[in-house]
Amino acid sequence: MIRTAMLQSLFDPSSLASSNLLGFALPAADSAADANYWFPAQASSFAADMDALWYFIYWVSVFFFIGIVAFMVLFVTRYRRTATRTQPERSASHNTALELTWSILPAFLLVAFFYWGWTSFLVIATPPRDAMEVQVGAYKWGWNFTYPSGHTDSELHVPTDREVKLIMSSADVLHSFWVPEFRTKFDVVPGRYTYLWFKPTRVGEYQLKCTEYCGTGHSAMRAKVVVHEAGGFEKWLEQAEGALLTMEPKALGELSYKKLGCAQCHSLDGTKLVGPSFKETASLWGNARGLADGSEVTVDENYLRESILEPMAKVVAGYQPQMPVIPGIREKQIAGLIEYIKSLSGPNQ
Amino acid sequence: MSDIQLATTSAPRAHAAEPEQNYLNCSRGFWSWAITLDHKRIGVMYLAGVSFAFFLGGVFALAVRTELIAPGYTIMDADTYNQMFTLHGAVMVFLFLIPSIPASFGNFVLPVMLGAKDVAFPKLNLMSFYLWVTGAVFFVATLFTSGLDTGWTFYTPYSTTTQTSVVFATMGAFILGFSSIFTGLNFIATIHMMRPPGMGWFRMPLFLWGLYATSLIQVLATPVLGITLLLLIVERLAGVGIFDPAMGGDPVLFQHFFWFYSHPAVYIMILPAMGVMSELFATFSRKHVFGYRFIAMSSVAIAVLGFLVWGHHMFVSGQSRLVGMVFSAITFSIAIPSAIKVFNWLATMYKGVIWLTTPMWYALSFLFLFGIGGLTGLFLGTMSTDVHLHDTYFVVAHFHYVMVGGTLIAFLGALHYWWPKMFGKMYNEKLGSIGAWGVFLGFNLTFFPQFVLGTRGMPRRYYNYEEWEGFESLHFWSTMGSYLLGASLMLILVYLVQSLVKGKQAPVNPWGAASLEFTTSSPPPHFNFDVTPTVGEPYDFDDLVFDEKTGGYVRQEARNS
Repeated sequence: MIRTAMLQSLFDPSSLASSNLLGFALPAADSAADANYWFPAQASSFAADMDALWYFIYWVSVFFFIGIVAFMVLFVTRYRRTATRTQPERSASHNTALELTWSILPAFLLVAFFYWGWTSFLVIATPPRDAMEVQVGAYKWGWNFTYPSGHTDSELHVPTDREVKLIMSSADVLHSFWVPEFRTKFDVVPGRYTYLWFKPTRVGEYQLKCTEYCGTGHSAMRAKVVVHEAGGFEKWLEQAEGALLTMEPKALGELSYKKLGCAQCHSLDGTKLVGPSFKETASLWGNARGLADGSEVTVDENYLRESILEPMAKVVAGYQPQMPVIPGIREKQIAGLIEYIKSLSGPNQ
Repeated sequence: MSDIQLATTSAPRAHAAEPEQNYLNCSRGFWSWAITLDHKRIGVMYLAGVSFAFFLGGVFALAVRTELIAPGYTIMDADTYNQMFTLHGAVMVFLFLIPSIPASFGNFVLPVMLGAKDVAFPKLNLMSFYLWVTGAVFFVATLFTSGLDTGWTFYTPYSTTTQTSVVFATMGAFILGFSSIFTGLNFIATIHMMRPPGMGWFRMPLFLWGLYATSLIQVLATPVLGITLLLLIVERLAGVGIFDPAMGGDPVLFQHFFWFYSHPAVYIMILPAMGVMSELFATFSRKHVFGYRFIAMSSVAIAVLGFLVWGHHMFVSGQSRLVGMVFSAITFSIAIPSAIKVFNWLATMYKGVIWLTTPMWYALSFLFLFGIGGLTGLFLGTMSTDVHLHDTYFVVAHFHYVMVGGTLIAFLGALHYWWPKMFGKMYNEKLGSIGAWGVFLGFNLTFFPQFVLGTRGMPRRYYNYEEWEGFESLHFWSTMGSYLLGASLMLILVYLVQSLVKGKQAPVNPWGAASLEFTTSSPPPHFNFDVTPTVGEPYDFDDLVFDEKTGGYVRQEARNS
C-alpha cells in the first residue's frame, strides 16, 4: 500500500527519493513520450498547441514570481531592522514614470496570452463540417453514445485521425464532458444541445470524466474512450452491434446493467442505494410492491419495462423520484435487463 | 492616570495607556454587549462570530481532506462527502470570507482611523450584525435538517431537484446579503461624511480605500444575489420555471446571475485584504507607502472592473463565443491593478527598516501566496487553457491561493496587528512567528500539489479517484499539509486566548504606526479619543521614536513637551 510507504517516509526521508512519494512518477497509462510532470499524454489535435500556450504562461509566471520573491528576500535581508539600523534611508515615496512602466509593460504579455488563448479557443469551439457525428446522452450517472449506424453504447469508440463531433444533451442536471488527454471539455446541459469536437491523434484507451458536479455518483460518472487505429473502429462497431443482436438475453441484461450505469443506484445484494436493490425486486416477483403514492403494483415484466422507460410512473415507497430516462436504450436491452433481474431470485442468489 | 492600575501590573505602560475606563470595561453585563451601538464592541462580536464560522468551515475542510487521503471509502460515503465540501464552501464564503475583514477589523478600525466617535449609522451597524447571526442560524438549520449537497454555487437544476435543505441555506445567504449591504452602506456614508478636517481623500489610510471600494461592490452587487436566490426559492417552492429546463427555465441563466454577484464577491474578499497589506508594509518598513495614488486608484479600478468579468466562469458552459472573448479580455485587464499593488508593496520595502514581527511575516506570506494565486489566474483567464483546467483541482488550488493565501493571511495579519489595540494585550511574539510559518508551510503543502492534480486530470468535487490514476501521493501530501495548517491555526488560537489572560499590557503604539488608531489608548476609550486628535499624514514615520518607558512608540514632539 503506497500510503503506508508514505507514512514511513515521514520518519525515514531517505526512502523518498527512490519511490513515487512526491508524485514524480507518472500514471501508468501515460508512459507516452509527450506526457510529463504537469500533463498526461497528448491525444488530440488540440493538445500540443494548448500545452505550448500553458508553458508560455507558466514560464512568464515563473519569471515574475521569482522576481517578486527575489526582491522580497533581498530587501528583507538587506534592510532588516537591527540594533543600529533603526531609520530608513531616504527614498522617493512615488515615481510616476516607474509606476507607469510596470503598469503598462506587462500588459503586452497579457494581450499575447489573450490573443493566443482566444484564437485557439475558436478552433476548439468550431466543429468541422464533415466530422463524424456521435450523439451523447448524459444522465445521473452514466454516459451513452449513439453512433451514425444507430448503435448505442456506453463506451465512446472513435477512429484515429478523424474529426469527431459530439452532439450532447443531458437527461437531468448539468454534466460536463472531459477527456484530459484530449484537452477539451464542454458542459452538457439539460434542455439544449451543446457541441464538442476533437480529432484523436493517438491510439489508446482513455477515460471520460464528468466535471460538473451532479450528486452522489459524480466521481463515478466515467466512461471508457477508445481510439482505434485505421479500420479498427468499423470492426468494433460491427462486433458491438452483432453482440446486441445475438447475445443471450440474460447475458445482455448483465452487460447492460454494468454498462448503462444501473449499478450505481441498484445493488445486487440487497443493499439499499439511491434506488431499490434488484435482489429485492426479484424476490418480490409476482407479488405486490408498495409505491410512494400509497398504491401497489404487481412486480412483473410490464412493471419493469414501464419503470425503465418511464421512471417517474411508479416510484417505490421510501425512494425519491431520481431515476433518469436512459437515452438510447434498446428493446433488446430492456428485455435482457428484465431477464437478468428475474434471474437474481434464483437458487444461486 | 490611575495608580491602582499601575500597582497591579508590572509590565511597562504607556503614559496614556489603559485609562480606567475603556470600551471593554465601561459597562458590563450581557445586555451592554447585546444592544451595544459601539462600533468597537460590534467589531469584537463580529470577530468572535466569523472566527467561529471559520473554525466550523475548517472542520469540514479537514473532513474533506481526510476522505481524499486514499482512493475509495476512507471515512465517509459519497453523500456525506458531498455535504462536507458544500458546507465547507458555503460557510467559508458566506459566513467567513465576505464579512471577515470589513465586519470585524473594518468596524473596529474605520471610525478610529477617521478620528470619529462611531460609524455614521450605529443602529444599522448593530442590525447588520444581527442579520449575520440570523443568516448563520439558517445555515446551522441546514446542518440539523437534511444538510446541503449542491456545492456553494447552488447550480440549477441540481439545486432545484435535490432533496436537501436548499431553501434554508439560500434564505441564510439571502439574509447574510443584507448584512453585507448594510455594512457597505454604513462605511460609504462614514467615509464620505465623517472624515475629519484636513483628511482629504488622498490622506486617508489605504485600508480605508480598500474598505471603500469593497463597500461599493457590496452595495451594488449583493442585491443581484438576493434576487437570484429568491427566484431559486420560488422555483423550488412554487414550481415556477425560471432555471430548470424541465419547467421551461434556463440553467445557464442561473450561472450568469450567480456569478454576476459571486465574481465581484471575490473582490469583496480580497480588497480589504489588500488594504491591510498597505498598512502592514508601510508600518513594518517604517516608510511612506510607495505610490499611494496608484494603490488607492487600483482598488477602485478593481472594484469597477470586477463587475465585468463574471463570464470567465462560463467559457465552457454554453455562453456565446463572442461573449466569452469579451470576458476573457476584461479579465486580463484586472491583472494590471493587482500587479500594481504587488510592485508598490515591494517598492515600499526598498531602503526601509524591515521589522520582522508576526504581522510582517503575514504580509510577506501574502506577497508570496497572492503572487501564486494571481499568476495562476492567468491560465484560467486564457480561454483555451481554461477549457482543460475548468472545474479541476487547478481551479481549486488557484482560488485557495487567493482566498486563503490572500484573504485569510491578511485576516491573520490584521488580527495580529490590531490585537494589542483591540484588547490591550500583547501576545507571545515567538509563538506568533511560529504560527505564521506553520500556516505558510501547511498552506503550501496543502494546495501546491493540487495544481498538479488539476493539470493531470483530477476534477473538483470528486469523492473518489482510482488507484491507477496516480493521484494518491499528491492527495496524501495535500492532506498532511491540511493537518499542519489546522494545527498551526489552533496554536494561534491558544496563544491569543492566553494573551488575554496573562499578556503584557499593550502600549499606545506598539509597532510605530502612524495612523490615528495608534494615537489613542490600548484598548481605546468608549468614545475612541479622550482628546480630539489632529490629523497628520497616515504614513509619516519620521518623528516616531521608541520610548523605553512604555515599550511603544511616541511622537518626538510629544515626548519633548
